[in-house]
Amino acid sequence: MTELSLRLAVSLAQIAAVMGIVMLTVMILTLAERKVLGWMQDRMGPMEVGPYGILQPIADGLKLFFKEDIVPAGANKAMFTLAPLLAMVPAMIGFAVIPFGPSVTLDAFGITIKPFVISDINIGILYILAFASIGAYGIILGGWSSNSKYSLLGGLRSAAQVISYELNVGLAIVGVLLLAGSLSLVTITEAQAGGFWHWFIWGARPDGFFPIHTQIFAFVVFVISAVAETNRVPFDLPEAESELVAGFFTEYSGMRFAFFFIAEYANMVLVSCVAASLFLGGWNAPYPGTILGYVGLERLAWVENVAWFTFKVYLFLFLFFWLRATLPRLRYDQLMRFGWKVMLPIALANIVVTAITAYFFPRG
Amino acid sequence: MEQVFFFYFAFVIAAAAVLVVALRNPIYSALALLIMFFHVAGLYVTLHAEFLAAVQIVVYAGAILVLYLFVVMLLNLRQDDRYHRQWPMAVAVGSTLVIEAVILMAMKGWTTPVVATGAETTVGGTGNTEAIGDVLYSTYLFPFEVASLILLVAMIGAIILAKKDLGEPAES
Repeated sequence: MTELSLRLAVSLAQIAAVMGIVMLTVMILTLAERKVLGWMQDRMGPMEVGPYGILQPIADGLKLFFKEDIVPAGANKAMFTLAPLLAMVPAMIGFAVIPFGPSVTLDAFGITIKPFVISDINIGILYILAFASIGAYGIILGGWSSNSKYSLLGGLRSAAQVISYELNVGLAIVGVLLLAGSLSLVTITEAQAGGFWHWFIWGARPDGFFPIHTQIFAFVVFVISAVAETNRVPFDLPEAESELVAGFFTEYSGMRFAFFFIAEYANMVLVSCVAASLFLGGWNAPYPGTILGYVGLERLAWVENVAWFTFKVYLFLFLFFWLRATLPRLRYDQLMRFGWKVMLPIALANIVVTAITAYFFPRG
Repeated sequence: MEQVFFFYFAFVIAAAAVLVVALRNPIYSALALLIMFFHVAGLYVTLHAEFLAAVQIVVYAGAILVLYLFVVMLLNLRQDDRYHRQWPMAVAVGSTLVIEAVILMAMKGWTTPVVATGAETTVGGTGNTEAIGDVLYSTYLFPFEVASLILLVAMIGAIILAKKDLGEPAES
């Protein structure tokens, strides 16, 4: 029983660490987004709070925390409270299976610990997809329970959009799963070791350089669908300011609003982590091995791996901001047509082609 | 430990299933159904069928139930006329199921259920995802193909229903 409780303690510590990192990343993102947008639009971004505006997220957090909590008249109180939780929990829970660093094991206190992944379950990516699909409930219920037409329309739009693009996300990763032969993100990442030409976006076999199994089409479909699934520009129809005020969270204020806000950013981080793990080699460096390993510091090689993972994730997050600064919003019918008539056929064709090449040119 | 989890899941499944039909507000019914789906998935996990558990959530909770909610919200059902004309059908289906259960119990007797240890799902060192794929495309190939055909028919039917105005020019 002591071993069980020890495992529990270690898991809880890992969860706390990952949650802390995710929340910190979300805080950084709120500032980074405004700064990046500012620079792209030839502005300064927030400059008032702290040196160069770097304390802005803390000020925003305090403001939201102390704001009055308003529940609109005629709203369904229970659902109104439940909706932000239903949005936030699925966004945070997915990080449990993300490998942030090499899958080394650590023997401490008589038990084996995997320090860089909370739980290496054998259905890792399906677990993330399953909880991502639950995120729609928060949006849909938030829209419905607010007793407001704008909110309801935003919620319904969001539901349709999330369902449509979730399908594309699911189909886009099938090629990667075929090549890796596993649903575990740890195994998938390890299958891409040994240089950037082994990443699934390039898709060389373990013994060659030629991109026979390239997943670049799946990668493009995945990234576009992920942007759509997180309701970001140019797919932010659920909260289209010019037509729906603020969409499903029009009536929300204070901490409940903050929960939706955090959920959106946590979802961005999550899909960035998944994209990095599936297509860009996860924590693998773009060259074989690690530089720290070559100079004789094998024990510190994990620092380099974690740094590469962080770099890749922030690359995707920057892409999110870049898209927001560049592209106008799609119209609703364009969004649906694009999802079902462009993305879906590409994803399906990718599965067929990948299956054929993987059959005739197996990976060792 | 497993017994405790099983009885917890079983109890919540039964209670949530009753709530689905007993609650007056259709939104609450849908949420009770969501809770039930999650606990069914939990039951699968205790049986070491993680793949089924994840698929259960993705398909039922993530797709089908969201569509239910969609319809419920758009139609804005009146709460009073939900049960009319369903009683005869409900009695027929329910009594059939009860009789079936009684016959099954009488035939089999009260045998102790076989407890899954996870060993049979991981034959030859493969996970349960591979195991499902294997039996689906070998032992159960014919039922699988039949199910695919039925789904295809349903898909075509949905397209026909939605495209009633094929002759008219599409508005853009």
